[in-house]
Amino acid sequence: MVHLIEFCGKYAALDVESGSVHAIDREAMRVLTFKNAGKTNKQIRNDLGEGVEEVLQEIEELEQQGLLYSDPAENLSELKFNTPVIKALCLLVAQDCNLRCSYCFAETGEYHKNRALMSFDIAKKSLDFLVKHSGNRKNLEVDFFGGEPLINFDVVKKTVEYGRELEKKHDKIFRFTLTTNAYQVTDEMAEFLNREMKNVVISIDGRKEVHDKMRRDAGNHDTYDRVVKNAHKIVDGRGDKEYYIRGTFTHENLDFGGDVVAIADEGFDQISLEPVVTAKEYAIREEDLPQLKHEYEMLARHYVKRRKDGKGYNFFHFMIDLNSGPCLNKRLRGCGAGSEYLAVAADGSLYPCHQFAGIDKFYMGSVEEGTVDAGIKQAFCDTHIFTKKGCEECWAKYYCSGGCAANAWFDSGDLKTPYRIGCEMEKKRLEAAIAIKTFSDELV
Amino acid sequence: MKHIKTVTKNNLKDTLISGGCGECQTSCQSACKTSCTLGNQKCEKKEK
Repeated sequence: MVHLIEFCGKYAALDVESGSVHAIDREAMRVLTFKNAGKTNKQIRNDLGEGVEEVLQEIEELEQQGLLYSDPAENLSELKFNTPVIKALCLLVAQDCNLRCSYCFAETGEYHKNRALMSFDIAKKSLDFLVKHSGNRKNLEVDFFGGEPLINFDVVKKTVEYGRELEKKHDKIFRFTLTTNAYQVTDEMAEFLNREMKNVVISIDGRKEVHDKMRRDAGNHDTYDRVVKNAHKIVDGRGDKEYYIRGTFTHENLDFGGDVVAIADEGFDQISLEPVVTAKEYAIREEDLPQLKHEYEMLARHYVKRRKDGKGYNFFHFMIDLNSGPCLNKRLRGCGAGSEYLAVAADGSLYPCHQFAGIDKFYMGSVEEGTVDAGIKQAFCDTHIFTKKGCEECWAKYYCSGGCAANAWFDSGDLKTPYRIGCEMEKKRLEAAIAIKTFSDELV
Repeated sequence: MKHIKTVTKNNLKDTLISGGCGECQTSCQSACKTSCTLGNQKCEKKEK
């Protein structure tokens, strides 16, 4: 399978099975379009004239090298995955929040249940559970999430301290991360985060008016100015450690590229902006897609121009490693929700991921009992690109693994029916990422 | 070649043999939390 990309007047070809990428001219684009339509070389010569001979020869040469129209690995769909072990937990240390964001999938922290803070006892048991279920995996991940995890800062601190003890005892490495709205960040918190967290994800939606419209505090006040100040308090002290300013865009700001630019203009250079999901009123609609796709193109050009001008930033979805990246095993399996990655609610209940937390149908057990529902785990293990509808034939399959299970379920009620609007956006982002790598400065 | 310039020569199939250790980061723990993006992830073995 070869996917052809037309992006800002440039052409590229992705050989799906090998992962090879080629920059192509208009003539090659025409010939490859005909080949993709199933035409033989003879038919192509008839339709386009003898002048295409040179292109056909180049295509044949690349086919022989396994760089175009390469075959999939043998028996890939029958590949037996290694039994997955749990290596990552998302701890909902605070099912409560100091903000009241309009689009919050977690119901501003309640997660379909009641507001609650995780006790240290549950957090401790969560880490014990992770060590016990992680087999030979050395690197373990724990994300402090909410609600707003910093409103339960003491438990976060103690949990990290406990994790460091477990590292020595069990020869493991805990990689802690924390996702915060940065509304209330003391100097002590910032210093702690920058010392202990491998990654800190800070929620800012972009332009002040966009952010303040959606992300209001419990007293209905603006939050942007304070959040940006606190975000700098954290980011300016992180040195070369990872962070992301992570925003959400909705149906109300389809010109989200302006929000990415606003975040970059605030002096942040690690940016992720994600479409909202599961918030009906603000959800991205089918009719929004043309504008969103155009916006990704504009953003790609801005991205390249800023780099060229020496004021570059990283945009999460444009960072693609074409030369290596994850192995095929990983690409087939996806994020690992429900099998390698679980969420722990404040009361110790286990769910396939943070987005399923509080939904009874997806309750998988608890860290106190120490057991995991085998049926739900298996259902998630069985959800991969060979079982999800339409994925096996899709060119983007090795870059998204069929997309987010939660998005699929909230959209259609079926884990194996991908969220179509999400697919369309993901494909456009991938095309942009490939185009940036392929053409770089030529895009502006 | 005049019409086709190869930018990246890759062979994902080879990684079936070398990969699968599972030590890499869980993609959802990175920055998105709402979409499944793997193409930008790093291989833990190649990082070393």
